Parts: sequence; structure tokens; C-alpha cells
Amino acid sequence: MEYKPIRKVVSGNYAAAYAAKHARVEVVAAYPITPQTSIIEKIAEFIANGEVENLQYVAVESEHSAMAACIGASAAGARAFTATSAQGLALMHEMLHWASGARLPIVMVDVNRAMAPPWSVWDDQTDSLAQRDTGWMQFYAENNQEVYDGVLMAFKVAETVNLPAMVVESAFILSHTYDIVEMIPQELVDEFLPPRKPLYTLTDFDNPVSVGALGTPADYYEFRYKIEKAMEKARKVIKEVGKEFGEMFGRDYSQMIELYRTDDADFVFMGMGSLMGTVKQAVDILREEGYKVGAAKVRWFRPFPKDELYELAKNVEGIAVLDRNFSFGQEGILFNEAKGVLYNTDARPIIKNYIVGLGGRDFTVSDVKKIAENMKAVIEKGELDVEVDWYHLKR
Amino acid sequence: MNTLFGEKKEGATKIVLKSVDEYPEAPITLGTTLINFTGDWRTFIPVVDDNKCVKCYICWKFCPEPAIYIREDGYVGIDYDYCKGCGICANECPTKAITMEKEEK
Ligand code: SF4
Ligand code: SF4
Repeated sequence: MEYKPIRKVVSGNYAAAYAAKHARVEVVAAYPITPQTSIIEKIAEFIANGEVENLQYVAVESEHSAMAACIGASAAGARAFTATSAQGLALMHEMLHWASGARLPIVMVDVNRAMAPPWSVWDDQTDSLAQRDTGWMQFYAENNQEVYDGVLMAFKVAETVNLPAMVVESAFILSHTYDIVEMIPQELVDEFLPPRKPLYTLTDFDNPVSVGALGTPADYYEFRYKIEKAMEKARKVIKEVGKEFGEMFGRDYSQMIELYRTDDADFVFMGMGSLMGTVKQAVDILREEGYKVGAAKVRWFRPFPKDELYELAKNVEGIAVLDRNFSFGQEGILFNEAKGVLYNTDARPIIKNYIVGLGGRDFTVSDVKKIAENMKAVIEKGELDVEVDWYHLKR
Repeated sequence: MNTLFGEKKEGATKIVLKSVDEYPEAPITLGTTLINFTGDWRTFIPVVDDNKCVKCYICWKFCPEPAIYIREDGYVGIDYDYCKGCGICANECPTKAITMEKEEK
């Protein structure tokens, strides 16, 4: 079948809901939380309109239960999906470990939202990054198209390596903003994403298993190692799936870090999610003004794209890491990861951390230009003014 | 299926996995109860009086371990390999057919 995209004008949340529908998810268990709610409302609407067959919606009383229900469904062999945000994701935390520990390929959309207090519903990556060590893969979408594509790819990667995956989009900037999304006809999605083949199922009565049984010190350690092996395998699978997606549908995702005009760049801006759209636009303007700059958009944060970062770092004089998140007592989380990767290598460009956009603070092209000026000065001087720059702070 | 444990209760032994490659991909187990006898945790032991039992099987339903079974004659039996002596069965039995007695070891 020839690929002819179906173009729809949708919000990031509706893009996520359509992707879940096209992935033929069998169980959705979710609790409404701003700004995620319209994802599950749309899915409920698909069911109410009879647009989907074989989809069970479980209305639960909290996110902890939502994830528990997804775990049960996934362990039974179903393709399970949920969506949440901020405090809801935090409430799920314990269950996230159960999902990855039991090696269940659940896919979740997290709408990035700042953690309270002060109460906030705006964009901030600290909620998803706080789940860094739960064994979930994490994909950060720049725009509504990447939300849609990300969910489809996440299922394929997750079901290949048997680990859960989170697709992350930003609050309101994507979740409630309408944009053209090219959707894929169902038959071609089915070709790209065949039905799930589980490692085991709870409904195979000839081979009963118990899940989550005790692992004594004699056995626990090996299972942790197996999760790490699966993450390593995921690096390869992500690139293959991203390439296949590109070949089938014209949008290539084979790079875990998307490089934009970095070839001859003196320094690059590195970051994740929707803010990188702003950065790319700023790069075009800065290039016209004579700055040799580029953008490096980290698409997959877990598994972390170590090799790609190393290749990038070898070829630039500086990296400005833009973190819309913060780890208190230390620094921006992406910055921390990037520095950690490069320490034991021979690629050690100047690397500086800019904390931007927390709690939905506006982050614009002119901010990127100011950061570029500062970064240029830092590189010329050959030393950092400050390592962690609270860029927007009212002084 | 690759499992962590042996399959028969009679003489079942724990298989010691020597290399990480021998482990199943996901931490699933088959038959842990075949080797993990919860019965040795016990201080009190349930004793059933068949004369009072009305075969309602409430005890069977409530027992948290695989310790209560239904005998051929329809009365309930207790598998002392698994009974951990919690007393739930005695508490739930509507006819007080089960009493908890101190076990002599
Ligand atoms: S609950 Fe009491 S009466 Fe009912 S089956 Fe058990 S022992 Fe018999
Ligand atoms: S004492 Fe507890 S474990 Fe033993 S048979 Fe009664 S309910 Fe079951």
C-alpha cells in the first residue's frame, strides 16, 4: 500500500490519543489530571462512538491504580496505555518500578508539568526526569507530530526489548496547541506495529507463572543486570525502528540526538522537548548574524545516547545545555548527565548549564540569542563565568 | 518454560542458577511454593472438628496460604506444610469448628 498521510489539525493531546488508537491499544487505565485530561477524554470518545474495537477503558481512582491496572493488563498479554502529568506521575512512581521490573512494555504519555508547590500547571521537565531511575525509556517530543510518531515508535521499541516507555510532551505548548499532524493510515500502522508477542502471559493456563515473587540476594542482582542489558539493546533498536519509520513514512528518527546545523558549529545548544523548536529558529537567525551555532536535540533521554553525545562533543568547542528542570543541590539534569558521559573521554568541550523556562516561564528566540552571546564570551575567554546559570532570575 | 524452581513437591529442590544467561528474561517463577514451606513459621495450629463443620468452605476462601483443601468426604483438611498459623480460618468459621491450639514441636 502506498503511503498517503491523513492530515489533521490536532492538539498534542489529541495526537497522543490518535496514536494510541492507531496502535490498537487494548487497555487504557487513566485518571484525569491537567493538562493530560484531553488525551483520555478523546480515547473515551473513540470508545463511545464505537470507533475502536477491543479497547477496555478502566476508570480508576488515582494514578497509582492506573499504573497498577496497566501492569495487570500488560502482564496478561494486552497492549496497555496510560497518560498523566506532574503530581500524578509522582503518585505512580512506585508502580513504575513494578512495570519495568516485570519487563512490561506499557507506553505512557507524560505531559510535562511543573511540580507543586507553588501550584503550577505549566511546562517543566522535572516531573518526568524525576522518574529517570525507574527503568522506563523516555522520548521527548518537540512538536505534535513527534508526539504522534513517538507513541507508535515507543510501542515498537518497548515490545522489542520488553521495557516500558514514556513519551513526553510539554504542557499547553504542545498539549493544548493545535498544529497539522500527518497521521498514518491504519493498515500501514498495523504493518509497522504488529500485535504484541509477550514474553509470558497470565492467561497461558498450561504454563502458569507467578510475577513479582520474592527475589533473594541470590537472584535479584541478575534481574537488574538484565534490565540494563535491555536498555543497551534499546539503543540499537531505537535507531533501527527510527530508520524503519523514516523509510515507511518519511520522517527519520534514527538519531537519538537530532543534530541541526552542527556540522561546522563552534558551539551548540543542547536540550529536550518543545523548547528546541525555539532554539532551531534562533540558530537560523544567529547563523545569518555570523554565529557558527547549531542545535542538538536529545530525543531519547533513557537510554541515554552516550555515543552520539561523544561524537558531537569531539567536534565542538562548547555545549550550552538548556535545562527546563533542576536537581536541587546539584544542577540541571541533562547537564549533569552530559558532563558525566564526557568525563572519561577525550572530548571535553566547555560545557555550561542554563536553567530556563521553569514552571512555564517564557523562553524565546531572543533568550537564545542572549545565551549565544554569553556562550561566545565564555569560549573566547576559555573559562566559565558560572557553571550553572539561572538565566531568567529577577536580579 | 525457563523457571527458577523445580516442578514436583516430592523431593523438589531449588535450582541454583550459575550464570546470568540461565535466568529467564523477566523475573517470573513457577512453583516457589513447592519449596518454600510457610508451615514452619507457626506457633498455633488450627484443628478442625468435623462434627461442627457445615462444609460452607468460608475457611477455604479466606486462608491466605494454599493450606486448606477439601477432602474426598467434603470436609476440610489442613496442609500443615503451608499453614502459617494465622488463625484467620478459626476467626471466620461461622460454627466455631476450628480452634487454634498451641503446637508441640
Ligand atoms: S468455615 Fe468452618 S464450617 Fe465452614 S467449611 Fe470451614 S471448618 Fe467447616
Ligand atoms: S491458620 Fe491461617 S494459614 Fe493456617 S489454615 Fe487457618 S487461615 Fe490458613
